[in-house]
Amino acid sequence: MTEPVAAKISATDAVKIAVEHVSKTFRGGTREVPALSDVSLTVGDGEFVCLVGPSGCGKSTLLNLIAGLEFPDTGQVSVDGQRVTGPGRDRMVMFQEAALFPWRNVIGNVLFGLELKPNLDAAARRETAEFYLRMVGLESFRDAFVHELSGGMKQRVALARALAPNPRVLLMDEPFGALDALTREQLYQDLQRIWQERRKTIVFVTHNVREAVCLGDRVLVFSPHPGRVREEFRIDLPRPRDLNGVDLARRAGEITQALKAHLANPDAA
Amino acid sequence: MKRPLIAAVFFAGLLAAWHLLAASGRWSPVLLPAPLDVASYLVRAAADGSLAAAALVTGRRLAVGYLLGIGLGLPLGCLTSRFRSCSDTLGVVALGLQTLPSVCWVPLALLWFGQTEGAMLFVVVMGTSWSIQIATDDGLRSIPPIYQRAARTMGSRGLHTVLHVLVPASLPVVLSGMKQGWAFAWRSLMAAEIFVTILSGSGLGHLLHYGRELLAMDQVLGVMFVIVVVGLAADKIVFSPAERWVRRRWGTDA
Repeated sequence: MTEPVAAKISATDAVKIAVEHVSKTFRGGTREVPALSDVSLTVGDGEFVCLVGPSGCGKSTLLNLIAGLEFPDTGQVSVDGQRVTGPGRDRMVMFQEAALFPWRNVIGNVLFGLELKPNLDAAARRETAEFYLRMVGLESFRDAFVHELSGGMKQRVALARALAPNPRVLLMDEPFGALDALTREQLYQDLQRIWQERRKTIVFVTHNVREAVCLGDRVLVFSPHPGRVREEFRIDLPRPRDLNGVDLARRAGEITQALKAHLANPDAA
Repeated sequence: MKRPLIAAVFFAGLLAAWHLLAASGRWSPVLLPAPLDVASYLVRAAADGSLAAAALVTGRRLAVGYLLGIGLGLPLGCLTSRFRSCSDTLGVVALGLQTLPSVCWVPLALLWFGQTEGAMLFVVVMGTSWSIQIATDDGLRSIPPIYQRAARTMGSRGLHTVLHVLVPASLPVVLSGMKQGWAFAWRSLMAAEIFVTILSGSGLGHLLHYGRELLAMDQVLGVMFVIVVVGLAADKIVFSPAERWVRRRWGTDA
């Protein structure tokens, strides 16, 4: 079941994201916090990869490096063979907070990224925005204000906003962490469906192992201080997966055991 | 239906009490004119155009001074929020000057500019721009960094980020700063008009001042009433609707 760290994905898959020997240290005042230490991994085109680990393990940092919001001290991150030098429309990000703009209504938020995309007229932008609002089931809320939405609805709008410019890569940083359990389960179903329809490459950061097993093709286990990839699990359960399925719970249990073992034994190779 | 009724009863009671006090004869009518005397001054002054002329002069000064104050305060606020060196220097100056009551600028303005429109404007601008600078600074600093990060990932840069993220995100705070700035401009201008006697046009403050000189208490109270009404009107017609719109949109009222 367990494969070596930084395992290559099967040869037929094209590599979408390559992270090579990346280290990153944050310097705040007198303290130095090593966030990532010599991390290497690849994500295949159309693959759904989940990064799990406790807080401080550098998984969000890694996501920011792929997004181009931060840069590694050493090593490099590349997407489609191109070194990442900043944010790009090919990689959209969803944050834990929906980060919707309150001065725009729902459809205005979905339009934000589209307005920055060249070669689209107003009608085409609107049509696209409405298409993605329908996809997340919020077409009837297109003119609502952001503060009128529940937490789950906000994240749906954020998902539609991220999908609308049609990026190849979706980077999700604990996007459902602040939602209640029922809303989360519904969003797992939606996200699986959308991923199967649109075949995005998704990197999904979470500290919830069951969430990772429910969503990912692969689950990478991180350990903190400094953040490293410790183990990798391939999840072959059929989709759509049910969070409460017996097989899923068993796999999640295995991974949780492994995670605990790595935390208890931080220096083992 | 109930609220307007309560308000009407309250103000009718207030007027009646004032009328009874004035009619009791305990105080000289020179010091305490009856409400009807004040009303008849207002009717006369409205009819002979002196009130409208004064209001126009004052309104023009207010508009020019307020716009200049915004023109100075907004860019300064942008600078102090963006650059540490500016907030350590100009920011401290602004904070200090904001605590200075605007009437304190009058002696300096008189000596520098003489009894001119310039002195008047100077007092208004000094009274207005610092509070607008501070509000702009606060507004820009209060923007959650996540908005800019989210915008960047969607390809927003430079001027687009400023116009489509920073300006709207800071609008609620900047708007309340504008309102405060207006209140300061209004107070400053009244102080300036009372203390700076000039020939290039008499404003409401001058009418108030002449009322005192002529011992015309009906004029003093009448002009004070007009000043209150102008202040209320600006609030109800301009600022309240703008604030309501922001609250509705941004969802800042729970």
